[in-house]
Amino acid sequence: MALDKTAVAHIATLARIRLAETELDPLSNELSHILDWVEQLNEVETSGVPPMASAAEARLQMRDDAVTDGGRRDAILGNAPRAVRGFFAVPKVVE
Amino acid sequence: MSDPALLALNLAEARDGLTRKRFSARELTAAYNDAVAEVEPLNAYITPTPEHALAMADAADGRLARGEALPLDGLPIAVKDIFCTKDILTTAGSHILDGFRPPYESTVTEKLWQTGAVMLGKTNLDEFAMGSSNTTSWYGPVKNPWRRPGDNRPLVPGGSSGGSAAAVAAHAALAATGTDTGGSIRQPASFCGIVGLKPTYGRCSRWGVVAYASSLDHPGPMGRTVRDVAILLRAMAGHDPKDSTSAPAAVPDYEAALDGDIRGLRVGIPLEYRVDGMPDEIEALWRQGVEWLREAGAEPVEISLPMTKYALPAYYIIALAEASSNLARYDGVRFGLRVDGDSLEEMYELTRAAGFGAEVRRRVLIGTYVLSSGYYDAYYLKAQRVRTLIAGDFARAFERVDCILTPTAPSAAFAIGEKSDDPIKMYLNDVFTVPANLAGVPAVSVPAGLSGDGLPLGLQITGRAFDEETVLRAAEVMERAGQFRHLPSFVAGGRS
Repeated sequence: MALDKTAVAHIATLARIRLAETELDPLSNELSHILDWVEQLNEVETSGVPPMASAAEARLQMRDDAVTDGGRRDAILGNAPRAVRGFFAVPKVVE
Repeated sequence: MSDPALLALNLAEARDGLTRKRFSARELTAAYNDAVAEVEPLNAYITPTPEHALAMADAADGRLARGEALPLDGLPIAVKDIFCTKDILTTAGSHILDGFRPPYESTVTEKLWQTGAVMLGKTNLDEFAMGSSNTTSWYGPVKNPWRRPGDNRPLVPGGSSGGSAAAVAAHAALAATGTDTGGSIRQPASFCGIVGLKPTYGRCSRWGVVAYASSLDHPGPMGRTVRDVAILLRAMAGHDPKDSTSAPAAVPDYEAALDGDIRGLRVGIPLEYRVDGMPDEIEALWRQGVEWLREAGAEPVEISLPMTKYALPAYYIIALAEASSNLARYDGVRFGLRVDGDSLEEMYELTRAAGFGAEVRRRVLIGTYVLSSGYYDAYYLKAQRVRTLIAGDFARAFERVDCILTPTAPSAAFAIGEKSDDPIKMYLNDVFTVPANLAGVPAVSVPAGLSGDGLPLGLQITGRAFDEETVLRAAEVMERAGQFRHLPSFVAGGRS
């Protein structure tokens, strides 16, 4: 599967990674090369084979629905690039 | 004892020395703090924590004096900088986690401190554990303490737990924690001449470990001997309600399993691991490993794992899909790096462009693509179906055999910069290690010999899920037979 520059730019938008125009060509080559290589999986007959999401036992354990932790606002905000009055601060979203 | 003599002790020997009061935890830790400083040219540590280590050592000395010693009391170890450590810089080797001091401790490290271990510092790694050579770290590459004789070019330590492997090999830590998503404990262990174990999926909690690919990430121990790794695993393992994939299974005394008795053990030798281009010396070492186990009473059995060649491409789809999802949290809002933009969207894009290195960006982009609308079934679901077949290969093999012997990696350590022109060439390093991650079964790498140019080579033993005991028992027999006593060209305290 060859990915052209437009496709790479679209994927980068989905992934929220800003790419410079000059990065698109080399990346489209690299990504196409890797995708070509993984396509060897098409040699494998998998009809009727269920997908495996994890090696762990699929049934999740039940636990009590109880508050076990919390009240750590300041410790959590301590790592924020910007915090204002007990909140994470970001550029304005709604005009 | 002199510093070099202290540093030459392995974890089990140091434990004995402390119990018999031949030296104190403070003396041992001070020697290791000096060793950490001495190996600085290797760039194995991102953040040494010498004062923290001495405070932990003093607490251990107090318990030892009162006769209340804990299992790992006073033993200085290194922590891969992907385990969150409370109030101590945790980077995952990435620029995007600049300045991140977690307000919590990972379960595995918490267990280690609760059993008395001493933290020397946080070790370097490939960015977000994505790599096989420890060259993608924002903090620069790690150098392998081994060199080819007569050749001064620095070699890679393997990756992604390259800093942990280099620190242990260079006697700048008694042992270390690592994580293994596709070989990241075992391949660096092989490249640095140490022992590295990837336990069963669910054996060691992933809580507080910076996530790369959640269904494939395995925390595990790295050490100088099989016994050391067995001791460390017991402290790291166990059910954790905070990790929903953590197994509610009892933790055995792994050290007690090392009884040297493998009579009648059926050891599978998979035909499919004779890959094209593998050096003859690795093939020869593998045959030697079979002989060692046979001489100890084991029975080699030829087996087939027909899906082996598809493990690597399946792995890269699954791992990268999970990575693109896990790494979505790095957005410049709650922690780490922020690059300001005029809008929230622009801030996200600029932060992630500046914060992620080339390999991480490549992997997030591919992961995003294989999960995107229209391609999900063709790539992601297909790879998950192939994963079922790979796990089936192992399940069938383990009906006939008790463990499987293979090489750990298809080569010895290579020079820094080699193989960096082509991502796939780099990915091929993990050809023998990736299948165990997909199946979730335990596997250990043991140093077994030297390559023609004087570099360590490891052999790998893979076992049934939750049967680390058999894996470790067979590994210790092989270790004893192989008598690997070589040291790298650069060890702290000098080669004694």
